Amino acid sequence: MDIKYKKINGGLTLFVYGELDECSASQAKNILDRVLMENLNVKKVIFDLSGLSFMDSTGIGLLIGRYKKLKEFSIPAYISGASLATEKVIELAGIYNIMPKF
Amino acid sequence: MKVNNKITLKFPSLSINESFARSVVSCFALQLNPSISEISDIKTAVSEAVTNAIVHAYAGRIGEITLKMWIEDNVIHINICDDGIGIENVEQALEPFYTTREDEERSGMGFTIMKNFMDGVEVFSKIGVGTKIYMYKKIKVN
Repeated sequence: MDIKYKKINGGLTLFVYGELDECSASQAKNILDRVLMENLNVKKVIFDLSGLSFMDSTGIGLLIGRYKKLKEFSIPAYISGASLATEKVIELAGIYNIMPKF
Repeated sequence: MKVNNKITLKFPSLSINESFARSVVSCFALQLNPSISEISDIKTAVSEAVTNAIVHAYAGRIGEITLKMWIEDNVIHINICDDGIGIENVEQALEPFYTTREDEERSGMGFTIMKNFMDGVEVFSKIGVGTKIYMYKKIKVN
């Protein structure tokens, strides 16, 4: 699991690579929260999941948790690049209703 | 029905073993020539069951997880067993978004994913004895 980020046009894109499960979730959470807290001046946050090779419901919990944090600061969050397998998990949990596809 | 192949594995409830369990089951399923989406469904369902054993059954300690998989014709069957704390109310645990660990950002979607991604899931649990999750998936014959 690895996370990279880029600021483009006032938006923050977080690229999540590798596998997101119980094993990697707490590390991912720490990195994501650190980057988010350092960038609370952005207009939107995009979670780019195109580099994610696996995600289960632990990833859903992680995404919902980040969404709730960002909501406190009125920053909209989006998801992009999910693979068919990741998308199936996301859609089952209805995540696109709160973090639309970008 | 004739059992064509059967493997049993035991491993400690360390989260690093989740990816191991997923990989082993997907390798085992390959003999049925599954599609990529069937393989991802099985991997995700197994990951959910193993996560439950690690996070809930053996909360705060390391126990043993038994993964049993067998093939009958074009169906893969999987048992994931633990000797952990057990589930108090299985019916409630199966409800979407139900979690006993909301403070840890748990989604409560584990069993919902298992039920949706497999063709059948059964949960047997007894307080203080453990939990067995049985699931199966029929692989389409091409």
